[in-house]
Amino acid sequence: MEVVFLTFILVLSIFLGFELISKVPATLHTPLMSGANAISGITLAGAFLSSGAGMATTGTILGTAAVAFATINVVGGYLVTDRMLSMFKSRKEG
Amino acid sequence: MDISLLANLAYIVSAALFIFGLKMLGSPATARRGNMLSALGMLIAVAAALTDQGIVDFQWIIVGVVVGAIIGATASRLVAMTAMPEMVALFNGSGGAASLLVGWATLYGSAEVQTFTAVTVLLAILIGGVTFSGSLIAYGKLSETLNSAALVFPGQRIFNSLLLLALLGCGIMACLDPSPDSPWLYGVLGLSLLLGIMAVIPIGGADMPVVISLLNSYSGLAACAAGFAINNNILIVAGSLVGASGIILTNIMCKAMNRSLTNVLFSGFGAIKQGKAIEGEVKPISVEDAYYILEAASNVCFVPGYGMAVAQAQHVVKELGEILEGNGAEVSYAIHPVAGRMPGHMNVLLAEADVPYEQLVEMDDINPRIENVDVAIVIGANDVVNPSAREDEDSPIYGMPIINVDQARTVFVLKRSMASGFSGVDNPLFFGENTRMLFGDAKESISGVVSEFG
Repeated sequence: MEVVFLTFILVLSIFLGFELISKVPATLHTPLMSGANAISGITLAGAFLSSGAGMATTGTILGTAAVAFATINVVGGYLVTDRMLSMFKSRKEG
Repeated sequence: MDISLLANLAYIVSAALFIFGLKMLGSPATARRGNMLSALGMLIAVAAALTDQGIVDFQWIIVGVVVGAIIGATASRLVAMTAMPEMVALFNGSGGAASLLVGWATLYGSAEVQTFTAVTVLLAILIGGVTFSGSLIAYGKLSETLNSAALVFPGQRIFNSLLLLALLGCGIMACLDPSPDSPWLYGVLGLSLLLGIMAVIPIGGADMPVVISLLNSYSGLAACAAGFAINNNILIVAGSLVGASGIILTNIMCKAMNRSLTNVLFSGFGAIKQGKAIEGEVKPISVEDAYYILEAASNVCFVPGYGMAVAQAQHVVKELGEILEGNGAEVSYAIHPVAGRMPGHMNVLLAEADVPYEQLVEMDDINPRIENVDVAIVIGANDVVNPSAREDEDSPIYGMPIINVDQARTVFVLKRSMASGFSGVDNPLFFGENTRMLFGDAKESISGVVSEFG
């Protein structure tokens, strides 16, 4: 049942994703991608458990590396997206 | 109350924030706040994940977070906007690597791994591995540490088919015996990394926007697979949002080049067909004459390509744009979907040069009114303004939608010399009746025109 439940979530999220993203204008596609990079750093939520569950040494090493990689995505992704978006100015803001 | 229930409720909040954040990316006016909402969602999800009862030792988590945060923050601060495609390629890769590692580590965590979990773990390793090595190759090609041309060798398809078969075989064996020490597991790992390399090397420079978008999508799907492996909803939701985003962008890029995804992925582009040889005479123009024409123009449209970024000409282009506006002309910047090296790249470069986003127009907006444009100035773009795409059925880019600058009253093409563009296709635009070639470095030429106005 668990499998069905997770798949259910997957399918609905994909549909939602298509609806949302197709409304993003072409001018913001680069920030969209770097923002997506940041969101895919969500793996961090899973990596904590791998790194901190007191597993065998190899498992902890893998988990810690996963934490580091995912944090690069989260921190780097959001910061660079913000940096880019801050440059998009309207004529009024001059 | 049960703490894991609280954590799951927090995941719902963060999923909602991700969705709101993406929704606000629908307009440049709200996009920045949207990104912050999304970041808040991430913060909540991460905090909730830290309450997990299974975590007994925070020492290594802290080490990982500190290392990652330093690298991420430094990179995001230092990267030049021209290098964004490389940066996104690397981020794709690190996302893939994280999912691969989470999947792999899962095998160490539980004594008995169920078949379903084993399958999802292997999927996380497969997709994550392909994303990681593929992104590194993409990075190499974009930064030109590797040759950016398509690398095709005889027997490539057979080799790749064998690779897929071997991967499938190893995968099945690893599922039957899902232990972390299984040689089959290492087989899957190694072959996935090899597959990522093999998938990206046959793709040439001009097709890189497609590859980055696709790898972007894979990095999300890898997070999804990792979510299945560790039974975590938020990974699945966030991962599929990213997956969908990458697929949509891939699709837009393919449409903008009039190619199918299969064609982009499996054919080394360019070598196969050669369009009609073009004969004619190019009409050069001097900076001074260009000034006289621009001075009289009431509607000017810049059509930038990656060459503008290479010449670092965006700031002086913006300066000229402002002068023309001051002179009473209507100024716009028409951006083809595949101009630049990734979706939306030119827009970011122009935004960096303080061009207001209202002036950035899409191909479909400018084409219907291109006949009213007095002067179209093509800077560092070639294939995306090549009329062969419309007229010459033998041309390799035939059918690709282009910005019809040849239908503007006058076209200035800024070009270093008469070499052909990225795809090696001749461009009849250069020989057009209303085309004037402004030879030389784009930045110097534009500066020259600007000082004529001065």
